[in-house]
Amino acid sequence: MTATLQPAPASASASAKQRAVRRRTAPGAVRHGTRTKVLVITGLAFFVIYSLAPVWWLLVAATKSQGDLYTSNGLWFSRIHLWDNLHQLFTYQDGIFIRWMWNTVYYGVVGTAGMTLICVACGYGLAMYEFRGRGVLMGCIIGSFLVPSALLTIPSFLLYSDLQLIDTPYAIILPGFFNAFSVYLAKVYAEGAIPPELLEAARIDGAGEYRIFFQIGVRLMSTGAATIFLLGFVASWNNFFGPLIFLRSQEKWTVMLGLYSWLKVKMDTSTDLTGMVVVGSIVSLLPMVVLMISLQRFWRSGITLGSLK
Amino acid sequence: MADTSIADTSQAATMAAGPRPAPGAAPPRLPWRRMMALKGASFTAPFFIGFALFTLAPVLLALRESLYSKQSSGLGFGEKTVEFTGFDNFARGLEDAHFWAAMLRVALFAAVAIPTIMLLSLMMALLLDALSHRLAARFRVPLLIPYMIPGIVAILIWIYIYSPVVGPLTPFLALFGVDADFYSGEMIWISLGNLVAWSSVGFNMLIVYSALQAVPREIFDSARVDGASEWRIAWSIKVPLVRRSLVLITVLSIIGTLQIFSDPMLFRTMTPETVTRDFTPIMAIYDWAFQQGEFNYAAALSIILALVVGAASAVFYKLTNKAPV
Repeated sequence: MTATLQPAPASASASAKQRAVRRRTAPGAVRHGTRTKVLVITGLAFFVIYSLAPVWWLLVAATKSQGDLYTSNGLWFSRIHLWDNLHQLFTYQDGIFIRWMWNTVYYGVVGTAGMTLICVACGYGLAMYEFRGRGVLMGCIIGSFLVPSALLTIPSFLLYSDLQLIDTPYAIILPGFFNAFSVYLAKVYAEGAIPPELLEAARIDGAGEYRIFFQIGVRLMSTGAATIFLLGFVASWNNFFGPLIFLRSQEKWTVMLGLYSWLKVKMDTSTDLTGMVVVGSIVSLLPMVVLMISLQRFWRSGITLGSLK
Repeated sequence: MADTSIADTSQAATMAAGPRPAPGAAPPRLPWRRMMALKGASFTAPFFIGFALFTLAPVLLALRESLYSKQSSGLGFGEKTVEFTGFDNFARGLEDAHFWAAMLRVALFAAVAIPTIMLLSLMMALLLDALSHRLAARFRVPLLIPYMIPGIVAILIWIYIYSPVVGPLTPFLALFGVDADFYSGEMIWISLGNLVAWSSVGFNMLIVYSALQAVPREIFDSARVDGASEWRIAWSIKVPLVRRSLVLITVLSIIGTLQIFSDPMLFRTMTPETVTRDFTPIMAIYDWAFQQGEFNYAAALSIILALVVGAASAVFYKLTNKAPV
């Protein structure tokens, strides 16, 4: 059982671990000159500064009052005003920002949970069974990677109008259920994680196909399913074009759309919400950064899984 | 509507996959293997029904809508009627100077930005690969922070950093006597390019880095024994070995960049004169559909854009496959 729990991506990291061990035990294996090493570290340090400086600016800016934002040095703290900013953010227009955050979480959790179940089941079916039409279905999945989302948006809008989905949460949640890339990931994962012999054994013991899926398949695929859920949740959190087109009324917006509307306010009227956009940005990205750092293992294996095959 | 019938046929196709008696065999009892295959196929049914409704149906709908036009009857008074106009929308789209100007703008941008980003990602991955595993892990998290920042927030951050009033960059450059306006017509693409690079280099680096890590170290050791320098190993062994990953991320970038939308859309709030409403192809399509209300024409433009994106990726694949390894 423990052996079968080792999925495909784990083998890659296992061999990486082996290498690391080997390197530590034999330090002479990689003989870089000191000069090369200094160059490498300098280059990477440069990239790290480039990656982090804008985030640093945002962190600093969030602690400032709107006045200080315009007058003080952008890269260092001025008077700390963070609590007032947060208070203003959460109370503005009767707490519309909290509403947006809640919407984003709600669309993300419901949409991604449904998507994970549907796509894992589909990937499992494609990986574990031979049936007529399987090739065609796989062709549909791979082919749909090439369909640009641009092509789908306009007709989707017309379709959802007919189905009366426009300006309802379903316009965001339902289409999110059916993600071809997740099916592909699930199929690749199932092939690596579930030995067919195990299913045969369960069949001989008299288990039905659905019972096998829920009692064996789902458990063996739990790591893959977590990866699929995480990647889907992040994508749903970042979604902008969909909510922009399908959601009309302000109280149904996602946080990204809300921040955009605050940014745009300046163009239409003379109100300046810069301070709020800055603090709102921090609040909206925190869940993502916390989630992705704590669950690094999952999404990194997802990326490697998707790209190497 | 067309969509329901499509859903039906796909369901029927999945069903038909199962119980079809083999010719001549004529078994008296239901073969349980076939029953199993049918149940297996049923796992895929929910997905493919939804897929038919939310992916196939819109594609077919786009094809249909693009063949119709809204015509105003008489002198422009009264009801507008929708008429079948064949390929008129496509003919109009092919001659639409604004649309093709947007396409050219984005194509030029892609031609400069994508190779630069690939080069940076490759460099980053090679640098990371040159370190010991432990040290590399320490560098990896900060390098991936931009990838974790939601796209819209990344754009907002850079919008403010570029801003001449709030941002630190303009006063910093002024110290050196450089008077940079990041929102001017000449600078806007550099500003956009930097933003795209900042948000995507980490992810691309990760893919190349994983490919590098999958290469057996013995190859490098034997090259070292043969007297190859680290630079030589990087250029002549590592780069060719990760070629497939590079091709993959390049194609993904081509598809993404030709459809660039939210970045210029948000920049537009800062500089509506430079970033016009039809600045990129998708912005033009969005404008036609939701500002001008010409859905039929917008559908035709979407199809044209999809064909261009497909052709660009296909040409790129062809070129890289023919190139000597």
